[in-house]
Amino acid sequence: MNIHEYQGKEILRRYGVQTPRGQACFSVEDAVRVAQELGGKVWVVKAQIHAGGRGKGGGVKVVKSLEDVREQASQILGMTLITHQTGPEGRLVKRLLVEEGADIAKELYVGMVVDRATQRITLMASSEGGMEIEEVAANSPEKIHKIAIDPGAGLTSLDAATVARAIGIPEGSVAEAVRFMQGLYTAFTECDASLAEINPLIITGDGRVLALDAKLNFDSNALFRHPDIVAMRDLDEEDPAEIEASKFDLSYISLNGNIGCLVNGAGLAMATMDTIKLFGAEPANFLDVGGGATAQKVTEAFKLMLKNPAVKGILVNIFGGIMRCDTIAEGVIAAVREVNLSVPLVVRMKGTNEDLGKELLKKSGLPIISADNMADAARAIVTAVSSH
Amino acid sequence: MSILIDKHTKVMTQGITGKTGQFHTRMCRDYANGKECFVAGVNPNKAGENFEGIPIFGTVKEAKQQTGATASVIYVPPPFAAAAIDEAVDAGLDLVICITEGVPVRDMINTRYRMQGKHTILVGPNCPGVITPEEIKIGIMPGHIHKKGRIGVVSRSGTLTYEAVGQLMELGLGQSTCVGIGGDPVNGMKHIDVMRLFNADPETDAVIMVGEIGGEDEEVCARWIKDNMKKPVVGFIAGVTAPPGKRMGHAGAIISGGKGTAQEKLAVMEECGIKVTRNPAEMGRLLKSVL
Repeated sequence: MNIHEYQGKEILRRYGVQTPRGQACFSVEDAVRVAQELGGKVWVVKAQIHAGGRGKGGGVKVVKSLEDVREQASQILGMTLITHQTGPEGRLVKRLLVEEGADIAKELYVGMVVDRATQRITLMASSEGGMEIEEVAANSPEKIHKIAIDPGAGLTSLDAATVARAIGIPEGSVAEAVRFMQGLYTAFTECDASLAEINPLIITGDGRVLALDAKLNFDSNALFRHPDIVAMRDLDEEDPAEIEASKFDLSYISLNGNIGCLVNGAGLAMATMDTIKLFGAEPANFLDVGGGATAQKVTEAFKLMLKNPAVKGILVNIFGGIMRCDTIAEGVIAAVREVNLSVPLVVRMKGTNEDLGKELLKKSGLPIISADNMADAARAIVTAVSSH
Repeated sequence: MSILIDKHTKVMTQGITGKTGQFHTRMCRDYANGKECFVAGVNPNKAGENFEGIPIFGTVKEAKQQTGATASVIYVPPPFAAAAIDEAVDAGLDLVICITEGVPVRDMINTRYRMQGKHTILVGPNCPGVITPEEIKIGIMPGHIHKKGRIGVVSRSGTLTYEAVGQLMELGLGQSTCVGIGGDPVNGMKHIDVMRLFNADPETDAVIMVGEIGGEDEEVCARWIKDNMKKPVVGFIAGVTAPPGKRMGHAGAIISGGKGTAQEKLAVMEECGIKVTRNPAEMGRLLKSVL
């Protein structure tokens, strides 16, 4: 799960990680009031969307008067912000963060991820603040300093100080940087984060260490422990189809193609998408109905796929193990009748009671194309869609 | 022979009284030598009771002492699954297979940390389990789609493993052991660990390795294969069409920071001499072609 920058900063402050003072705003009036309350002469108005690259897209402005706060806030609020992470359709800005301006002497990068290879949380830091870490990794990997954090000892002061010095934090700020990184680590573990990026982390003119930006992602398997974080979920930032799918315990992701696919199991679902591509078309979605799909779940899955107007055909690929193919066939037939399906449908079923399932499909009198293996199924749906 | 488990393995079920635990313990008991293999269940609140004749003990340690079980399978709900693994490791079991899906990553980091220096082998979590056909199955895979043979299968996904097995069966090829290592980022056995065992198993002639996007486990395994593997390996990686930054069902199936793409994995595997296919319907035929 993702949250906004301002929410991330709220969480981090609880763990002693310093940030500029600021507040979330939902209207232009809010923004001006907050700027007034913060005082000072320089403010930053920042669009709050769940995507990076906001500055380059025109969603972050530094301003020097309350009039400019008003002007920039009214421009950014309601704008469709396009960044390299939003896709060409962009994202509507509904929230702002207004912060006091910071006196930036140095911009650095600090991040934490769960590293699969070491099976530990890894601290990554670099002197190249403001740049994407992937870019730094590709162009100047020697500038990235990593530590796999021992889960027993936690992030030790010695390790944190070593990293702080390695990325060029001035001696006078090292102690504060150590507290910063240790706070970040505590926040990461206690909140079950899966990713934390402070980019940039800044050293101010007077030597303070602040998180100028904050990106936090959370392990969705652990959200049951964190109702406060769940409350930060912003449904406006999520795909409505994916939200709808989660209500029925379906794992769904929208894609750009025109062939809907309904599969049991995540690996098989990806493999089915890949096969569609192999035969020259593109999948419209990833959809895993899971191990215990019922007829009702299959019907919901059909409805969900068909909400996407781009869908010109559907491929069902089921490997019946514990789940029986005849149960799936019944679900498919009920779904086709209920949604009055008007696009071609190819069903490939394999495994338990496969013959029974195929027989049911045949007897239904519905125009369902049956296929014996994944390749035939993909070929059949691609052909059907191109001639439909 | 086979790897990890055979008809002599004695297994306890942790979480035997839950709906899933009951269902699958029954299915496993009814498969091949299951009646001799599934000897105990664990539930701290139901010690002294039994599940259809299988005695239930309060702790793993007690179940081990009383029945000689050396392996466990876990169906405990996600918030308590890592603690169940810890208990099995502390009791000194040889093999722990955690089926539970949705275990928090932080719990698994701590559990893996605690497992350092212990001899217990962990498979999973979020996996279908392990089967040595016609001898024993520990997990949720459908037993009847398998038959005894000499091909090893290792995979991160459940149904895609069954798909590979189904294709082998159509070609008349049985399996020595099939291992579903699961789709979580922090887990027990990785491809390389299973590959080592297949390499050493005199009754495995060749291996199908099924991977998916996310992480670098397949690359690590491929490099090991290049230098060490004495048997042919064929591979498939799911997720060529998966977009970056999206978790494709499995917690571990995510392309992040440009890492873990299917293309990259396939390229490394090919460089290391593994025959790969981009068509998942061809896994079985590809395997047959290298025998």
